[in-house]
Amino acid sequence: MAATTQRPVVDLREPASWRKTKNQIMTGLMVLAMLIIIVPLVFVLYTVISKGAGIISGQFLTAAIPPNVLPANLGGMGPAVVGTLEITALASVIAIPLGVLGAIYLNEYGKKNVLARIIGFMADVMTGVPSIVMGLFIFSIFTLHFGFSGLGGALALACLMLPLIIRSSQEMLSLVPDALREGSYALGASRARVTVTVVLPTAIGGIVSGCLLAVARAAGETAPLLFTILTVTSTNTNVFSGANTALPAQIFTNATSPYNGAQARAWGAALTLIVIAFILLVGARIITARFTRVGR
Amino acid sequence: MPASALTERRPFGDRLFQILALAAGLLVLAILILIAITTSQQSASWFSSQGLSGIFSATWNPSANKFGPMGFVYGTAISSLIAIIIAVPLSLGIALLLTEVVPRRWSRPIVYLVDLLAVVPSVVWGLWGILVLAPWLQKIYTSIGSGVKGVPVIGSLFGPPVSGASFFTAGLILAFMITPIITSLSREVIATVPAIDREGAYALGATRWEMIRGAVWPHSQSGIVGSILLGLGRAMGETIAAALVIGSSVQVTSHLFAPGDSMPAVIANEFGEASGTFRAGLIGLGVLLFLLTIIINVVARGVVARSTRRSRGA
Repeated sequence: MAATTQRPVVDLREPASWRKTKNQIMTGLMVLAMLIIIVPLVFVLYTVISKGAGIISGQFLTAAIPPNVLPANLGGMGPAVVGTLEITALASVIAIPLGVLGAIYLNEYGKKNVLARIIGFMADVMTGVPSIVMGLFIFSIFTLHFGFSGLGGALALACLMLPLIIRSSQEMLSLVPDALREGSYALGASRARVTVTVVLPTAIGGIVSGCLLAVARAAGETAPLLFTILTVTSTNTNVFSGANTALPAQIFTNATSPYNGAQARAWGAALTLIVIAFILLVGARIITARFTRVGR
Repeated sequence: MPASALTERRPFGDRLFQILALAAGLLVLAILILIAITTSQQSASWFSSQGLSGIFSATWNPSANKFGPMGFVYGTAISSLIAIIIAVPLSLGIALLLTEVVPRRWSRPIVYLVDLLAVVPSVVWGLWGILVLAPWLQKIYTSIGSGVKGVPVIGSLFGPPVSGASFFTAGLILAFMITPIITSLSREVIATVPAIDREGAYALGATRWEMIRGAVWPHSQSGIVGSILLGLGRAMGETIAAALVIGSSVQVTSHLFAPGDSMPAVIANEFGEASGTFRAGLIGLGVLLFLLTIIINVVARGVVARSTRRSRGA
């Protein structure tokens, strides 16, 4: 192995006490690294909760978005909440079936062939494509021709979710023991039937939790929405046509506003967004935990 | 029984399902190719109107119809470099702590905690960055700036002019955002180090740190380089947080505490008002960003895949 030849030589002739001290210093630095990264996490969560909790109410989640100059106790983020829910739901409806089907191809049909390996590799690469590029892509291919709409935003989010769902679902499918598949084949079932009735049900917990994580990721994305939904302040319940809005896009607009009311509403929207993401995350963890318990 | 005998009797539904699955898989390749084609088409007028010298210039002045991207390329490079310099030691420290030091029942909550950093949406980092962190950092920058003013090299890096929204603030926030991804990828790489290498090092009387240097590091260094590259790709493409905290002022300067601008940030901030060549230029920045991140990701994924495959084979 090439790496073996360059192995750095540990000098065991150093005094034992210094070697132990050095070990302790390095362990201390590792603990320090963890403590350092907890600081911004706690700081950001504390700020969002302390500034957002006071403003969130039933009224905040449903009332119309007022002009930025109005104080925090008037109006809310209703249109953005509606927009986020409908756009994210549509994106999931588009991306989840395609992603799971893609994963089925990679794991059940193309297990060893070159094409499946290329697709798997490119799905990994696609997770690294910046979300704003997805926004520009949907702007160029869709919005320019059909105008701003929730559908455009959903398409951009779906592009973002697709590789995440393919990769997580494929991993779950690969954990299904081959004995289950072989048993079903022995009973004369076709490959599609085995996949749908035996493999998918076995892996469903892991697949669902992977999908929830992808949905959580998409719900918080701003960049793909900016050029596809236009960010208006009125409620648009028709996700397929007309300009729309969403929580992240609204936070982005309000963040640069000099008015206290607008900033307060941005904090409220930020807390709403984090709570949505957190619910999806916890849901994914619970499903994963239950799934693995039943699986064994 | 030959395989053909089986396939001949395959029902129509079975074949249809396979075709659907294949189509869904091919969609990944189709989207990547379509991104390249459509965005290049939309930015074609930028390439043709600016000429070769315009493409390599740093002059970005929409009113004079000058759209040179290099100021933004510089801002992207500087802010992601700062992010990498901060995030790599933190990520590797946490990854080693999780794999080599703490017992498994302690490592799970730490993993959850680090992953929470990735759950905070980019726009929330940006909101916090511009309203809370930047005003606070401005005071620190000012005192550092006045302290090092006139000192060669350090003075031109950290001296005035300072601004709360700056290259450094953007780099700092990007560092928080990419730490979870570098941590989890390098943990995966470190986990492939064979137990026998570790035990061998301990058997020779090595301390834990000597074992990490002698057994873990040589085995996982290429994989770790790959995960750092993936973090770099993420930092370069990170849009909204950078758009809010980088200062939105395009300039090529060595002053890290000065406001700047980056490729994704300027696209997000100015796309709404842009049309014609201006818009083509912004989409052109997107094309550049796409190409850069694709190259980095292909190289990084290749490196990570090769290093994990090699260790599995060994």
